[in-house]
Amino acid sequence: MTELLEPRSLREALAMMRRDALTPIAGCTDIYVGLHFGTLSAKRFINLWDLKELRGIKLKGDVLVLGALTTYSELIESRLVNRRLPMLVAASREVGGPQIQNRGTIGGNIANASPAGDSLPVLAVAEASIVLKSADGARRIAFNDFYTGYRKTVMRPDELITALEIPPVEGRQWFWKVGTRAAQAISKVVMAAVRSERTRIALGSVAPTVVRLPKTEAAIGISVEKAQRALREEIKPIDDIRSTAVYRLRVACNLLARFWRETS
Amino acid sequence: MRLDLNGAKVDIAAPPMKRLLDVLREQCALTGTKEGCGEGECGACTVLVDGRPVNSCLVPFAQVKGCKVVTIEGLDSRLKEVFAREGGAQCGFCTPGMIVAAAALRKGGDVRAGLAGNLCRCTGYTAIFRALNP
Repeated sequence: MTELLEPRSLREALAMMRRDALTPIAGCTDIYVGLHFGTLSAKRFINLWDLKELRGIKLKGDVLVLGALTTYSELIESRLVNRRLPMLVAASREVGGPQIQNRGTIGGNIANASPAGDSLPVLAVAEASIVLKSADGARRIAFNDFYTGYRKTVMRPDELITALEIPPVEGRQWFWKVGTRAAQAISKVVMAAVRSERTRIALGSVAPTVVRLPKTEAAIGISVEKAQRALREEIKPIDDIRSTAVYRLRVACNLLARFWRETS
Repeated sequence: MRLDLNGAKVDIAAPPMKRLLDVLREQCALTGTKEGCGEGECGACTVLVDGRPVNSCLVPFAQVKGCKVVTIEGLDSRLKEVFAREGGAQCGFCTPGMIVAAAALRKGGDVRAGLAGNLCRCTGYTAIFRALNP
């Protein structure tokens, strides 16, 4: 029998997380798939969907703050996000279809920790910070230190992702997702990049976690060919139900060239 | 638990983690909402929650407390008529979800993007697109 706890405030939620081993739910676009098909063994859940403290898009100084429950639709519709982080809007538009965009949340995308999460390469190149809260207080983790392995993160079981903090991003932003079709498909390769004096490049679906590519980033200022060679050494994609290692490697190299061409 | 269902205030007792889809079909006799894939890929179970299309197979019943839920049964006949006129259905299984998603399209909004979350395996989509772009 499944059980659902329904806190009325973040404080209450954190106290519940401290007392029991609970699986947080919000938009349920991942959790309910696992639950329905029996691949998720959790029985005790905590509903975060109604926690107002976890919603909202705002500026704090020059830092863009996204509540963990911000949906893809809210990101797409936000003027502030369109102005500051167009690559996140581009990524949000390619998550599922409208039905998924209306429920799926950015905090959920991070917590689900899939290497194919569409928003994750964007957060990697935007050098976002993740705000984690527990009954003890808050801590901030650099996005690029958050994942430690396949579906593994530095989060403790009593912590919740409450917000994302994104500093200003200088330079030209770029995002591309390659999947079987435009909507509803999980990516074969997904890339986000920022072209600037300090060019940043991240890829999804080519490693156990989303990855930044420091050697590729350093090489691309010299030439695209050098960067492609660096990329071939930096990623180790696999064969799986969605694609093959060979295809992913080739497409990743092509995306790199495309990014450089389109942002010149 | 109280909610607004197709314009009527209702009070329904159901387990909080039960899928909205199952509550609608099994407890409210609203069988117009179909289950296709059961994993948010096909859109056959689309309903509106506070005016926005969602996959009811992915919504826990607890999360529609106090919300306005509209199913295919709660929509007026205008869209149903244009779908029928243009032949925007063959087997009909995707049709309720397709029409509910279409009901949420904004004026001047992109029909293809608006219906991107609804799959149809028989029409080839052309007649559906035509119904929504007279």
